[in-house]
Amino acid sequence: MNQHPSLATNAHPFAVRDCALISLATGVLAQNLREFRDGLLKVPAGCIYHHFWGRLLRPQFDEPEYNNDFASWAYWGLHDKPLAERLSMVLPSDYADLEDLRQEVVEVVEQRLDEMDTVPWAQVDQRFGFLQSQIVVFDTGMRFEQPLDLVPYVPGLSTGSIFYHFIDARRRTESHGDDFSSWLGTFGQEYAPLKKRLAGVDPYFSSLKEIRQIVTTIFQTFFEEKA
Amino acid sequence: MMDPMLAEALQNMLDEYSAVTGRGVFDHLRQLAAPLRGARVLHVNSTREGGGVAEILQKLVPLKQALGVDARWEVISGESEFYQCTKGFHNALQGNRVPISEKQLRAYEVNNVRNAETLRSLLEEADFVFIHDPQPAPLLAQCPNRKGKWIWRCHIDASHPYRPVWRYLSKWVAPYDASIFSLPEFAQPLPHSQYIIPPSIDPLSEKNRDLSTEEVATVKQQFGIDPELPMVLQVSRYDRFKDPLGVIEAYQKASRVTPLQLVLAGGGASDDPEGEAVLREVQAAAKGDPNVHVLMLPSDAHRTINALQRGADIVMQKSIKEGFGLTVAEGMWKGKPVIGGDTGGIRLQVIDHYTGFLVKTPTGAALRIRYLLHRRDLLKEMGERAQRFVWENYLITRHLREYLTMMVALLYGSQERIEVGLE
Repeated sequence: MNQHPSLATNAHPFAVRDCALISLATGVLAQNLREFRDGLLKVPAGCIYHHFWGRLLRPQFDEPEYNNDFASWAYWGLHDKPLAERLSMVLPSDYADLEDLRQEVVEVVEQRLDEMDTVPWAQVDQRFGFLQSQIVVFDTGMRFEQPLDLVPYVPGLSTGSIFYHFIDARRRTESHGDDFSSWLGTFGQEYAPLKKRLAGVDPYFSSLKEIRQIVTTIFQTFFEEKA
Repeated sequence: MMDPMLAEALQNMLDEYSAVTGRGVFDHLRQLAAPLRGARVLHVNSTREGGGVAEILQKLVPLKQALGVDARWEVISGESEFYQCTKGFHNALQGNRVPISEKQLRAYEVNNVRNAETLRSLLEEADFVFIHDPQPAPLLAQCPNRKGKWIWRCHIDASHPYRPVWRYLSKWVAPYDASIFSLPEFAQPLPHSQYIIPPSIDPLSEKNRDLSTEEVATVKQQFGIDPELPMVLQVSRYDRFKDPLGVIEAYQKASRVTPLQLVLAGGGASDDPEGEAVLREVQAAAKGDPNVHVLMLPSDAHRTINALQRGADIVMQKSIKEGFGLTVAEGMWKGKPVIGGDTGGIRLQVIDHYTGFLVKTPTGAALRIRYLLHRRDLLKEMGERAQRFVWENYLITRHLREYLTMMVALLYGSQERIEVGLE
């Protein structure tokens, strides 16, 4: 970690944070699609966040067919493939906040209910349990003055740090982007191509380890080309 | 101030774990544990040995100590009637209609009053008290001067409890500050936060550490297991919910077309009086077949179980009810595909067709045994995936991280986002 001062006027050191997440049951359960719709309407907004993003910090198989818990349940619980596909194509970053995102998910479900003659049910032991989470964020003490300084450390960042800076940032920031890109933006146009490559990463189908590898490669490649 | 020799032993332990999990995992845990340094944490359960809870606590407690948390573990004692009652609770939480007499309930309550007297100062002074399963649940009611946060940790599949028993138990559990369930489906309506934390395995325990091929071969020889014949293994207590009779039926169906042998390796826990009756039924079902080995192992036979799991071709856990099923993760950690009952926490570990197969019937289990023994390439591939899956998700370090996260969350309040020590 070099300590030389930034050359850019607006730039500030990049502070690496880490986080850990714990899941909580809400007590809201759905046995069929109508109950699922009703659950969506009443659970806290944090549930929507948890089922789209929090899942990345939970134990999961690394080749998920569907990229959010709602879509997974539509397929595995209700065996409704069209609904699973539609829910998978809901991109959280397209919505201003979690309430807008919730509304979109509800719209997709209601549209499906309108199309069907009967309400699809899950088996007794395949109910959907709405979860929320608490996230504990802490400082790692790592600081980077320049983007080049960050490069050797990206492969060693914890999955919690990757989640916080690359996933959670999309909820925290106005631009719905990742923290690396926001920081690169403070250096003016110099790192615009690097920002663009980061923006091109679709984080929906990857584990946090895979995202870390992708981000590492993007940083390394950019600076190799620049050298 | 910690004894220097203890501090050194704990540091050595951390180094050993780091070699398996990677050093970064412990850097992360140290930072997460920083707000909890010196906190007095007490775990209470009802058995020091036998069963998954004791196995987890044997390592979770020293690991917390190594991270600067003042953790300790106490075990409540009881007489036969107390254990009869709590075994009834266990079965009832798993959905069995188990009548529990007033006399047994009184024994349960009186026993907890007696244990509370013994443990009172520890219970009331602790910053966090973790009460494991129903056995010690009434301790909270006996500690009106408690200072810390009390958490009830339910390790049982309580998704469809026998209602009269849950109604009785919830009276003791409701006043806790939080509860922990292994799966969202197990959570019950309670007036406090319900955290979801799946359990884990310890990669350095006698049951899970690496063994030489010679040692594995010696153990197989010791029990008369044919080294040339494919081996299917189920390790579990002799308990109806583990369906050992269904496993024998699956073996019988599969072995009609595929040569194989079955090993059922079980033991008893000191709080399980029903095991012997089930064992007798299993022995009767296996009688006369030299390729079915019914083993009754002592509760400390961890290394033997390890060797059997490593010596098996396929691990089974054909439970019809299961809290989590630690033997699934254990088998997977040894690179074995697992054929598991499609229930409870087994679903979290066995990803159907990727790390093993989920089955609903003995016939389904027989089909998958035949398939895997026929497709050796897939058996190996699934086993490798299974091992990686456990490494990433079900080691004790993940479990520890979630406990620490929950404790920090309880310390700082119920808000969704807690920022600790940020500038």
